Amino acid sequence: MDVLAAVLGFVAGVLAGLFGVGGGILFVPTLVLVLGLTQVHAEATSLLAILPTVLVGAWRQHRYGNVDWRAALFVGLGSVAGVEGGVQLAKTLPEDTLRRLFAVFTLLVAANLAWRALRPKPAYPSRNDSA
Amino acid sequence: MKRPRRQSRHGLLTGVASDASMFRLLAIGLVAGVFSALFGVGGGIVIVPLLVVAGLPARAATGTSLAAISLTAAAGATAYAFHGDVKPGAAALIGIPAMFGVIGGVALQQRIAGRTLTFGFALFLAAVGIRLLV
Repeated sequence: MDVLAAVLGFVAGVLAGLFGVGGGILFVPTLVLVLGLTQVHAEATSLLAILPTVLVGAWRQHRYGNVDWRAALFVGLGSVAGVEGGVQLAKTLPEDTLRRLFAVFTLLVAANLAWRALRPKPAYPSRNDSA
Repeated sequence: MKRPRRQSRHGLLTGVASDASMFRLLAIGLVAGVFSALFGVGGGIVIVPLLVVAGLPARAATGTSLAAISLTAAAGATAYAFHGDVKPGAAALIGIPAMFGVIGGVALQQRIAGRTLTFGFALFLAAVGIRLLV
């Protein structure tokens, strides 16, 4: 189970780099379904696991000249203010409700990705497109 | 496969700069922070489209979102840690392999459009969502 979790962690990292989503959204189900954590513990642990992934991802994107540091700072600071509200909400909701909400969120992300894949113009243009 | 051209040394230091307003950016962060902590995700799915609406180019939005999420995730993990909900061993087990995976993923993103891959990922996520629902 540990090996499977580590492999899924690696895959989640590749997908996170590729699509800009996929770190947490794969960490949480891996922690719940493979390692047997509760939904709240999985979400809390996922946030810690995301940290090294996004730091490396941001560094790589910076090397490609894709980071607006001023915007990142303000969005990051704004999010710090919002985080406690999210934690309280997650801890207040019953475990089952939170897991189902997360499942619905996963389905919405899946629909968003499918739409990105199927529509005529890619949402994240390749380097050669005008960005 | 052609290796993508890197930014010049000057570009390396400056990256991109948008003129999105500070309040707009803080508001995006606030929404993303609630969302991120509620679901234990980074919140890129919320941040990236909102940054595009705020005027950032799509590729810059994905890069900027990753940088912003480092603050979001640190704050979220800290807040949950005060409740004793974080399992550091499990986080290391998946987080450290993911760190190496993301290097490959970002490099691949510069090279491939990968519609089939995107659609495949969408189907996989849908399956995960259904598995969690039932």
